Amino acid sequence: MDFLFITQQTLSATIGVNTIIFALAAIGLNMHFGYTGLLNFGQAGFLAIGAYSVAVPVISFGIPLWIAFLIGIFNSIIFALLLGIPTLRLRADYLAIVTIAAAEIVRQIARSATFNEFLGGSDGITGKFGKDFFALNPFKSGLDTPILRFNANDLWVVITGWTLVAVITFVMWIMVNSPWGRLMRAIREDEDAVRSLGKNVYLYKMQSLIIGGVIGSTGGFVYALSRQSVQPDNYGTALTFFAYTVLILGGAARVFSPIVGAMIFWFLIVFIEQILRQGVTNDLIPDWLIGVNQVGQIRFMLMGLGLMALMIFRPQGIFGDKKELALDAKA
Amino acid sequence: MQKPKSADANFALTTSPTPGSAKSDPILIADKITRQFGGLTAVNVDHLEIQRGSITALIGPNGAGKTTFFNLLTGYDSPNSGTWSFNGKNLNGIPPHKVARLGMVRTFQLTKALYRLTVIENMALGARNQKGESVLRSVFPWIWRAQEAEIRARATEILRNFKLLEKQDDFAAALSGGQRKLLEMARALMVEPEMIMLDEPMAGVNPALKQSLLEHIKELRTEGKTVLFVEHDMDMVHEISDWVIVMAQGEVIAEGTPASVMGNEQVIAAYLGAHHNEDLSANLEGA
Repeated sequence: MDFLFITQQTLSATIGVNTIIFALAAIGLNMHFGYTGLLNFGQAGFLAIGAYSVAVPVISFGIPLWIAFLIGIFNSIIFALLLGIPTLRLRADYLAIVTIAAAEIVRQIARSATFNEFLGGSDGITGKFGKDFFALNPFKSGLDTPILRFNANDLWVVITGWTLVAVITFVMWIMVNSPWGRLMRAIREDEDAVRSLGKNVYLYKMQSLIIGGVIGSTGGFVYALSRQSVQPDNYGTALTFFAYTVLILGGAARVFSPIVGAMIFWFLIVFIEQILRQGVTNDLIPDWLIGVNQVGQIRFMLMGLGLMALMIFRPQGIFGDKKELALDAKA
Repeated sequence: MQKPKSADANFALTTSPTPGSAKSDPILIADKITRQFGGLTAVNVDHLEIQRGSITALIGPNGAGKTTFFNLLTGYDSPNSGTWSFNGKNLNGIPPHKVARLGMVRTFQLTKALYRLTVIENMALGARNQKGESVLRSVFPWIWRAQEAEIRARATEILRNFKLLEKQDDFAAALSGGQRKLLEMARALMVEPEMIMLDEPMAGVNPALKQSLLEHIKELRTEGKTVLFVEHDMDMVHEISDWVIVMAQGEVIAEGTPASVMGNEQVIAAYLGAHHNEDLSANLEGA
């Protein structure tokens, strides 16, 4: 087995592009679910809107990338309003149902033949829509060390992506520790009590939905730019549930948990995959047990087992406080 | 900002003890309020006035519609018909948070302490017009830090009064049931209400705490606030209320001073059943 290669692959993934995307998706969910108690099961929709909003204006309409970012933020605010206006007055579980449906509507519209001309149908969009971004890349060559390896473009995405994550996390840390953040946590505990103190709960839930949604859509920006393509089926419900996994791994309602959760998530997936792949190719794992083509599925099975163990032995996640979890909302 | 205390300290002696009687200085007036749930009429209040600066008890047997009436008055539920006003302002269709901002703050029968917030956070949440609660200003702590310090100082003062100060950094969930009741009332005071509506403030509170809670409620009257409370504990009703309103089957069936209401035939009938004085054996013999 080539342990150095395993280490390099695993560490590169741990701080890599996918970790950034999932961290951003989970930071948004942390705002929704962790701090405000909004069960948003449509986070993939926000990422999809972010991703399509950087690709479509540039490719189909020749709009500069920087304006496309603003369009993406604007679109995700509109999407949050569309989701929130009818549902935020209702009980939390209605939001869950509506958001999961809305995210699927976004994906189905994106892959429908009707808008093939602009959105590329089920093939999505591939093209150099990120060239303005990569033109700013100061790195002429990639990073190639025994423990980390990125090509030049990925290195640029990783550096800007982590900067974005750091800025968002810092702002979020200030916000959740402000009276505004206190109000959000209070809404999570009991909306009616907050209303009785003269606070407009509906307005604050809408703010939470918008902020978390915009953060999610920046994850979509990174997703699209890093691959220079947008595929509608990447933004299915699995993406939302992985983002929840990341959040719960780290522990909900902790500022750093989405980051650490995303790192652990991708560390485990790539580590398990590499071990299995090396084991199979070096005949350490017999063919009748696992074939080379099954590695991709089996890593998710093992990941699932690991998550079950986590929920049993550490339900509060990495950063969570078990005592706090035990005081669940209606203790 | 507080309205002066009611000039009429003797209102209990001068007001007619009849259902729906006019008060000399009403803060809350309700007219022809009905609320139906399917075929059941839960509330049917023809006319009701609450005297400013008084402690008024709302009593009645279970299912009399007291809590439903509370929900209607505070905007948590909408009546099928009727109008009501607070300080002369019509409250029809006003949402709960705006009712609270107008100065009418309520507590809940099933205590709504915010469990995973600390006691001091529960308190601070109640303060009005917080700069740091605006989403944009929350990002700039220097804008709201001074105000937050003032709010915490005021919260600390109230907590000390309610003997919860040593619990200020505990999660609200760690409090006992009675302490949660206290916290909820203390938190309502942070809103600086003109009228406070307490739904069963004594339920689950131990006798030692009960006495201090009674003192707090009396103190509110001294400060010129109006208190309306729902309670089953007759000792408490007797001890602190200036005026008692009795509801049964959704209607106001009696009003008056505690003493006059407790002796009222209709009230006794509502609580114990109309035939509680009759000799059951007489009926049996006839059968």
